Amino acid sequence: MGYLVDTVLIYFEEAVLASETKMRSAGTATGQHGAAGDQAEPTRRDFITTAALGWAGVGGAISLWPFIQQMNPDASTQALSSTEVDLAPIKEGQAITVLWRGKPVFIRNRTKDEIAKAKETPLASLNDKTAENGALPERATADDANRVKKGKENWLVLVGICTHLGCIPKGQSLADARGDFGGYFCPCHGSHYDTSGRIRKGPAPRNLEVPPYEFVSDTKIKIG
Amino acid sequence: MSDHLSSYEPKNAFSKWMDSRLPVMRMMHGQFVDFPTPRNLNYMWTFGGILTFMLMVQIVSGLVLSMHYQASDADAFNSVEAIRRDVNYGWLLRNIHAVGASMFFFAVYLHMARGLYYGSYKAPREILWILGVIIFLLMMATGFMGYALVWGQMSFWGVTVITNLFSAIPLVGGAITKWLWGGYSVSGVTLNRFFSLHFLLPFVITGVVMLHIWALHVVGQNNPTGLDIKTKSDSVPMLPFAIMKDAFALAMFVLIYAWFIFFVPNYLGDADNYIEANPLSTPPHIVPEWYFLPFYAILRSIPSKLGGVVMMFGSIALLAFLPWLDTSNVRSAKYRPKFKWFLWAFFFSVIALGYLGGKPAEGSYVIWSRVFTAYYFIFFLVIMPVLGLIEKPLKLPNSIMDAVLGGGGPMAGSAAAAAPEKR
Ligand code: HEM
Ligand code: FES
Repeated sequence: MGYLVDTVLIYFEEAVLASETKMRSAGTATGQHGAAGDQAEPTRRDFITTAALGWAGVGGAISLWPFIQQMNPDASTQALSSTEVDLAPIKEGQAITVLWRGKPVFIRNRTKDEIAKAKETPLASLNDKTAENGALPERATADDANRVKKGKENWLVLVGICTHLGCIPKGQSLADARGDFGGYFCPCHGSHYDTSGRIRKGPAPRNLEVPPYEFVSDTKIKIG
Repeated sequence: MSDHLSSYEPKNAFSKWMDSRLPVMRMMHGQFVDFPTPRNLNYMWTFGGILTFMLMVQIVSGLVLSMHYQASDADAFNSVEAIRRDVNYGWLLRNIHAVGASMFFFAVYLHMARGLYYGSYKAPREILWILGVIIFLLMMATGFMGYALVWGQMSFWGVTVITNLFSAIPLVGGAITKWLWGGYSVSGVTLNRFFSLHFLLPFVITGVVMLHIWALHVVGQNNPTGLDIKTKSDSVPMLPFAIMKDAFALAMFVLIYAWFIFFVPNYLGDADNYIEANPLSTPPHIVPEWYFLPFYAILRSIPSKLGGVVMMFGSIALLAFLPWLDTSNVRSAKYRPKFKWFLWAFFFSVIALGYLGGKPAEGSYVIWSRVFTAYYFIFFLVIMPVLGLIEKPLKLPNSIMDAVLGGGGPMAGSAAAAAPEKR
């Protein structure tokens, strides 16, 4: 603060001096005394002007921050973020959708066949080779084992939002089209996901995300 | 035109008193009454006035709608229904505003096509043109956010798809989308901020429109020949000539507008938007409003997420660079025998893209979208710069007056000189 006040005071002092100099040189019209003095002085004034403007600029930029930050989700939105789901009623081959943080979460009880298909797919044939599983390190590969919990391979839990532009893919209800790879199909722009929720064909860049969740009992999970 | 002086003469004591304090009447008279307009303007030049009218219509109708509208995810949809069913004349106001957005875009596309055909983007009208591109972008943002306010299924999923475009930006994309949404998905929080911005932007547009008209009145209007006004006989005063023509065109335009409002108000809309937004179910076929379809087709024609987004925004941003991409020094396509056909092919491509954008993204629709997208970019990035260098333009008339009299050479010149002064 002190610095700012000093800067402003010096700035005005300089401005007054400068105008006096100008008036004097105007008075002596073609007087020789201009040249040398006038050249030395502007550089000092320029410095202070620039410093003052720069300082005001920094202040202006900082005061923008609250105006930008207010648009981000606040603490209360961030806090409301875990959902418990009872898996007991979901039979093999069935799926349900629950809401978590305003997003649909797909929970599917996969058939033996679906699990086998997901497991035997070689990594090389995947578009996105990372697990996209928040619980694992970023470099974890997209093997089916990294997309589910150990010993609970039949439960596939995914954020049901297409990684292209956010539509909800089809495939949860039995009547739905499931695409070329038997998992999910996004009708918006034609993305096909396999039985592990991995992107296989279409514009979507990433595998369907696995949300953070854990088994709190044998038939119950807590998402978030 | 900037050297044109107002011939305003204050008639009574009050206007004299005013004129020496705030000469607003003098300015208006100079700019909108005796302002020199080229004498050969055709009806394509009436859309500027029509657009100004539409902006005012949207602001007035929007203002009264906002007195009844509720910007919350629980009430938005129902409040629009209440406007349609309960509010006195609400059905009319809502139709005026919803159809108005379509008419606004219809007019702006013709206005822009006019600029392309007659080379209105070339020197000295570069800034005028760029201000136009900015207005177009602001209009798109306004239309998009307005459509969200209805909070029907198309509103919700349109917003979801379009805001997700930003997630394609490397590194910061996720943070930006979260910031735009104010949460982890599109929600009532998003709706609320869209309402604020939808209310604000038209006033920003008004400001840019003022600059646009200012720039226009500094350099003067282009005209079908693309020639500058050289002598007084090339121009006529704005009132009554241009103003009467504008008024007639506006009346015809409003006739069509009214037909939509009263007879087919939902023709241009989507039936799915009469279903309330449901974050758990995506409609099988998401389409934006018709005026966004060409750009949506470009987005979908690219098989990569980031690529599609870059091409879509690029297709609009490119417009701002036209003054430098076009290397020909002849303005009007009328005198450019080859360019003319490439330009018509371009117009056809944009309309074709509009058609394809409304179709599902599969099979031959995708292939054709790619073909027309490719032409869109080739036209601006290859044909425009190259053709300007190699094409041999037709002989230009000596002046606007010559073109009007259908001749060239000395005869027409003397006729022009002999033409009676119109004021
Ligand atoms: C550039 C000018 C404007 C454009 C292009 C525009 C466009 C739109 C569009 C496309 C809709 C959705 C229409 C529907 O399907 O029902 C809409 C709705 C709405 N607009 Fe605007 N608008 C403009 C100016 C304004 C202004 C200035 C206000 C407020 C002062 C406003 C307030 C509203 C409200 C409250 C709604 C929701 C009610 C409804 O959907 O009928 N608009 N706008
Ligand atoms: S949003 Fe799913 S394919 Fe585009």
